[in-house]
Amino acid sequence: MSAEGPSQGANYSPSGGSAAAELAIEAASVGAVQLFEYLQRLGDTDVVLAQRLGEWIGHGPVLEEDIALANVGLDLLGQGRMWLSYAGEVEARFRDKGRSEDQLAFLRDGGAYRNLLLAEMPNGDFAVTMARQFYFDQFHLLQLRALSRSSDPRIAEIAAKGVKEVTYHAERSMDWVIRLGDGTDESHERMQRALDALWMYTGEMFAADATELALAEAGIGVDPRTLREPWQAAVAAVIGEATLELPTSEWMQGSGNRGGKQGIHTEHLGHLLAEMQHLQRTHPGSQW
Amino acid sequence: MVIGAVAEGAPILPAACGRPDLDVVWAALATVPDPEIPVISIVELGIVRDVAWEGDRLIVKVTPTYSGCPATEMINTLIREALAVIGVTNAVLLNQLSPPWSTDWIAPEARTRLNGYGIAPPHVIGTRIDVTGISPLRRANVVVPCPRCASANTELLSQFGSTACKAQYRCLDCREPFDYFKPH
Repeated sequence: MSAEGPSQGANYSPSGGSAAAELAIEAASVGAVQLFEYLQRLGDTDVVLAQRLGEWIGHGPVLEEDIALANVGLDLLGQGRMWLSYAGEVEARFRDKGRSEDQLAFLRDGGAYRNLLLAEMPNGDFAVTMARQFYFDQFHLLQLRALSRSSDPRIAEIAAKGVKEVTYHAERSMDWVIRLGDGTDESHERMQRALDALWMYTGEMFAADATELALAEAGIGVDPRTLREPWQAAVAAVIGEATLELPTSEWMQGSGNRGGKQGIHTEHLGHLLAEMQHLQRTHPGSQW
Repeated sequence: MVIGAVAEGAPILPAACGRPDLDVVWAALATVPDPEIPVISIVELGIVRDVAWEGDRLIVKVTPTYSGCPATEMINTLIREALAVIGVTNAVLLNQLSPPWSTDWIAPEARTRLNGYGIAPPHVIGTRIDVTGISPLRRANVVVPCPRCASANTELLSQFGSTACKAQYRCLDCREPFDYFKPH
């Protein structure tokens, strides 16, 4: 991939543009601005989690798991590319020029990223990685199933493609939660600890802000609040089967619409982006 | 194309020469192997969805197997090369997502060849391991016979194999690991 574009590879700052550019945005359809925002949330979550999974390559507990983690990451990267390509096309509807998938991925700073906080959580041990994947996969599957019925045909087809892939992801992370939970004392304890530690990052997935509500209203997006109940039921069933306890804490990170979806991140994202972006930042526009 | 090489005064070839029939196009595409599984062609894999002439441009619609399939760009390059052989240099390759690719589109004869190549084809046997008394959350796996010794005594190692579209199994009789092309 390459990130040709802004000549010196400078970060594109939506708020730092000229007054004329600001006026152009105001005059454009608010729908396109919100859709652009929404597509970044979908794409950024995939890209950031794919990068995290990629960190496992060469470090997996066994070869098969090393390969599986990379393959799940690859699926997410493929989906992320499609969301961000579309985001760039939508951006062109209200700015002079939309950015490419590569420009969006490699040349935005952390504050411009719109991924879920859960996706940027460090890998930890294998139990933490699987807990993160389990919480996310169960959500992701529900989200993509709903989006495959979007009134926006482009969103519907990307989501329908993703559902087939994420079905495998969800089966696999569920398997591991059960296997580790109902395994040895050590694996049980570590799995429980991982589920507990990441629980406070799950609330953000189901919090709706004005952008999501507007898109849901238009039949384009999904109201994430409607996904909470089926998610909770599925997660509780698996955790019970795994002889683990469902965390009960109600306080959630990123609540009050001040989380990753709004560009407010943990300190972990900057480190992840530094590694992911440094090549394009150092050698702008370089290609394989 | 030959037209540029024709000497002055030689008869001009009819324009139709620059637009091979669609069955010629399909035959050319059938020579393109899947880069990861060279025993089957991209046509047999079912990823070439449509071919049509639009004026003097050939429109080729290709669908990815998986969203992140890293072979996509390689496949596009191979398609262009195969089309150039029959004189088509103005092809437009479109990425078509919908309907999403399914292993049901893999040609029957290609399934046999997959098996011979050491990859168990999708849906080889419909029977499942006896699940009586086992929670539905502890999934039963479909019996996948070993492509080498045909034993049904095999076990799943990982839901992902050498590529995203395959799972990894092991034969408990001949002890060989093998890939299973996952139904998708």
